[in-house]
Amino acid sequence: MQDDIPVGPKKKMLSSNNAGRGGLTREVQAKIGQQLRSIYNDVVDQGVPDRFLELLNKMDADKKKTDKDVG
Amino acid sequence: MALDPTLRDTVLASVPSLRAFAISLCGTVDRADDLVQETLLRALANIDSFQPGTNMSAWLFTILRNLFRSEYRKRRREVADSDGSYAARLKTHPEQEGRIEFGEFRAALSRLPDEQREALILVGASGFSYEEAATICGCAVGTIKSRVNRARARLAELLSIDSLDEFGPDQTTRAVLVGFDK
Repeated sequence: MQDDIPVGPKKKMLSSNNAGRGGLTREVQAKIGQQLRSIYNDVVDQGVPDRFLELLNKMDADKKKTDKDVG
Repeated sequence: MALDPTLRDTVLASVPSLRAFAISLCGTVDRADDLVQETLLRALANIDSFQPGTNMSAWLFTILRNLFRSEYRKRRREVADSDGSYAARLKTHPEQEGRIEFGEFRAALSRLPDEQREALILVGASGFSYEEAATICGCAVGTIKSRVNRARARLAELLSIDSLDEFGPDQTTRAVLVGFDK
């Protein structure tokens, strides 16, 4: 589930014909996909910002405390 | 009992792509991060309803999208008008300009209808199958396929890519380069 754009039942039609869905050529589709993944991965590559690590740590700690108080 | 460390790691591993999806929905990093935070709080509060063995990432994306739909979209509608001004707004956020380059493609992407953009992102960038994207968006698989197709066609149109059959491969390639690499 990483890179390739999933292709449904129309795969055969697409691979046998340069022009794919909506009249877009495979080159255009590929270029769009490449640009899309590029801007998306710009964000993904930033990793997990500290605020979310801290959030999970805090929630974990709070939960432990609650469990302890209850139990 | 504390949160299962494995679950915790799985949730954390999804954060980068959750942010990328959230930014594509919200348009600004700050708002997107708030949405991700809200998603994590909601998810962890309901972690018992997550079925082990199913796709954690898809589960989190579903929560995030539902939250966005119920709250953030309303807010955005208050400030955003229809077409180009949204892209213009993206460009004027100085805190973002330092981090992400806003090119022609990004501007075109921001002009897609929300439903088309999210379908295209989920399938074309997040790597979800059409089936998973349909589950996340709460619609039929055929609807997702149709939205993705329309999104691609609209992008090509906005970027002035001539893509019809009458163009040979060379001309098409040239058109793509002109369209994207400015």
